[in-house]
Amino acid sequence: MIEIEPIYLTVLGLLILSITLCIIRVFKGPTAPDRVVGLDTINTLVIVGMLVFGIATRSVIYIDVAIVYALLSYISTLFIAKYLEGGEF
Amino acid sequence: MLSEIVDIIVYILLAIGVFFNLLAGLGLLRFPDVYTRLHAGTKCTTFGAIFICGSIILLGLKMWFQGSSDGSVLAIHTAGALIAILITNPTGAHAIARAAHRSGVKPVGAVVDDLEGKPARKSAPMKKGADK
Repeated sequence: MIEIEPIYLTVLGLLILSITLCIIRVFKGPTAPDRVVGLDTINTLVIVGMLVFGIATRSVIYIDVAIVYALLSYISTLFIAKYLEGGEF
Repeated sequence: MLSEIVDIIVYILLAIGVFFNLLAGLGLLRFPDVYTRLHAGTKCTTFGAIFICGSIILLGLKMWFQGSSDGSVLAIHTAGALIAILITNPTGAHAIARAAHRSGVKPVGAVVDDLEGKPARKSAPMKKGADK
C-alpha cells in the first residue's frame, strides 16, 4: 500500500472534482467544439494530477508519463480541430 | 526552521494552483459560449499548472538540498513537463477557436464579427457555412 500525505490526497480529490465538472460539460455541450474544449481541459487536469501523484509517491515515472501524455494529447487536439475545420490535410 | 518555511510556501503554491483548476471547471460549466469557455478552460488550467509545477519544483529542490538525489530528478522532469504544458496548451486552444469559428459557431451576444465572410484559406473556395 502506497502511503500518501493527506495534503496530496486533498489536492487529488479537488482535481477529480474539477474533472467531473468538465465531464458534465462534455456530455451537455450543445455543439462539437464545446465537447472538444471539455476534453482539452480534462487532458490538462489529468497531466497536473499525474505530476501531483508523482511527487506524492516520490517516483519519477509518473512525471515522465505526464510529459508524453501532454504531447500526445496536444496532437490529438490539433487533429480533432483540423477535422472540425473541414479542410484537407 | 528553513524547512518549515519552504513547506509553507509549497502548500500555498499548491492551494493557488488547485483553486485556479477548480475555477477552470466551474467556468467551463457556467459560461455561455465556446469562446468564453475556452478562456476558462485553457487559461485557468495553464495558470494553475504553473503554480502546481512551481510547488513541485520547490519541493524537489528542498529534497535535493537535504541530500536525496531523487529530488533533483523530480525537479528537472517537472520543469520539462511544465515547458510541454506551456507550449502545447495555448496552441491547442488557438486551433480549437479557429476550428469553431470556421465551422460556423457564432459568439453569443456579439454585435460585430470582424472575421465574418472571410474565406477559410486563400486557395480553397468559401464554404457554405461561412457566408450568410
